[in-house]
Amino acid sequence: MVSAVATRDPRVLALRVGPVSARIRTRSAVVIGLLGAAALGTMLLALTVGRGGLEPGSILYALTPDASKADRLVFEWRGSRALAAIVFGACLGVSGAIFQTVTRNPLGSPDVIGLNAGSYAGVVAVISLGGIGFTAMAVGSITGGLVAAAAVYLLAFKQGVNGFRLIIVGIAVGAVLTSLTSWFSVKSDLDVALRAAIWGAGSLNGTRWEVLAAAGGLALVTALALPHVARVLPQLALGDDAASSLGLRLEPTKALLVVVGVVLSALVTAVTGPIQFIALAAPQIARRLVTPGGGSGPDVVGSALVGAVLLGTADLLAQYALPGTTVPVGAVTVVLGGVYLVWLLFRESGRS
Amino acid sequence: MTSSEHAAIAAESLAVGYTNDPVVSGLDLAVPVGSFTVIVGPNACGKSTLLRALARLLTPQEGRVVIGGEDVRSLSAKQLARKIGLLPQAPITPDAITVMDLVSRGRYAHQSIVRQWSPDDERAVASAMAASGVSELRNRRVDELSGGQRQRAWIALTLAQETDVLLLDEPTTFLDIAHQVEVLELAVRLREEGRTVVAVLHELGMAARYATHLVAMRDGRIIAQGTPAEVVTEAVLEKVFDLQARVIPDPDTGSPVVLPRTVSRRRQV
Repeated sequence: MVSAVATRDPRVLALRVGPVSARIRTRSAVVIGLLGAAALGTMLLALTVGRGGLEPGSILYALTPDASKADRLVFEWRGSRALAAIVFGACLGVSGAIFQTVTRNPLGSPDVIGLNAGSYAGVVAVISLGGIGFTAMAVGSITGGLVAAAAVYLLAFKQGVNGFRLIIVGIAVGAVLTSLTSWFSVKSDLDVALRAAIWGAGSLNGTRWEVLAAAGGLALVTALALPHVARVLPQLALGDDAASSLGLRLEPTKALLVVVGVVLSALVTAVTGPIQFIALAAPQIARRLVTPGGGSGPDVVGSALVGAVLLGTADLLAQYALPGTTVPVGAVTVVLGGVYLVWLLFRESGRS
Repeated sequence: MTSSEHAAIAAESLAVGYTNDPVVSGLDLAVPVGSFTVIVGPNACGKSTLLRALARLLTPQEGRVVIGGEDVRSLSAKQLARKIGLLPQAPITPDAITVMDLVSRGRYAHQSIVRQWSPDDERAVASAMAASGVSELRNRRVDELSGGQRQRAWIALTLAQETDVLLLDEPTTFLDIAHQVEVLELAVRLREEGRTVVAVLHELGMAARYATHLVAMRDGRIIAQGTPAEVVTEAVLEKVFDLQARVIPDPDTGSPVVLPRTVSRRRQV
């Protein structure tokens, strides 16, 4: 029997289906619905906006076999790109939520603490060794990300995580890895260097269905861990001692979280190149939207949806904001993210 | 002294610490069932280390910790969390969390992926908040509460775990005196309702006033234990704290009151 009962608190709904039970804030449910609609909205815009866009009425028609060739082509090109923006944005948002909780710092996202730089170095290494295709890129990207995570862990976590130490070590590790990447590019021949440079800008340009299917598949498999992740993140936010005495197995849980977080951001990097800012900002924005007064820690579903909306919107800006030219979406997110990062650093340093 | 099978929780020949040179060594402790046991001692005497070992946050180098006749190492993390609740010394209160949300997180060990919020959870959280007197504050943000209220909210979280044993690591540090009394009176009430409460306290006077069983430690060993009247004596204070003091009975409650005179010459050198 399904029941959604109002608890004693009208702001909270308890859902029960036989032995299955969950609890959700009414406000969270509404905000999550709106965010989902906004994410879909960016996809519709991406299909219809600008010269050569589909008529809004013919979007569904473009999926049928008797659609015109032109419509089908537009759908194929724009649809894959728009869907990629949503899926990858969600991956980055969740990855950010995971790392910000594990590091207990709103700056502790994979793009700030050097993990993206690790993935970047991994992919460039694979490119310069002649690797081609999503699988090779993904292997390089995930390996690079995990190596960077291990390096940051060994250098910064030893005496317990303390905010700025971790951020500074992360930025340093990122800088080392970025120079390693430049060295790879300089050493390799022009063709490889060019490929690495184009890829390094971070773009959704020419994301094909085949690549999207492979990356999306990997994201889906990883997403199987998310119900567990969503349960442990709030516990971990209470501190190691409390989390552990409340029944969490600390070390295995953290290891799983790091792997899930690295895979989610690395699979995006493998396809698009490094895209900054989404993982940093999405969890913080979600936190403020989903629960009134700022919420109580990153929310996995909210972070995923905010990430999707952010990347979807950023890619629309990248394509249409400057008439006549398309910039890489990575450039758009870096510009927005730079401003946001300065604000966040300013606020955090004022606090501590 | 009770044998460890009859104790609520017990340490047997325990050696534990952070390096090869253990902070606590060869320690035996049996916490009486249904007691409010308070561990006191000078800074760095190993009292918090002992408490963390009882909670299995530290692994013993020698000996073991036993609860209900079982070595705590034989239990899973969730099984242990249904037997022992701990209020850590420096828990992290997430930004903007409400009392209700905080207390709900005490139910983790009773939940699973499918069973995330059962009627049992609802009832346990409500009664934990009622027992700590924070029901009225349920929708308030924890970071806006007074120090005493905040500690009571955290204690409610450990109560929501529904354990027989509750460990409190310096629950009154950083609180002013009225808030200290507020927290300790709650601990007394919880004991009266049938739980065993073990606390590490800095304030000897408070310990003597509220404990039913007092344990005095120094240099990783237990120097004296028993009722406050047995432990808080001029001789023990000298041995444990290097403190020369007079001890008189509280005119209202009869519990021992410490009037410090001076530190012993041994310490002044």
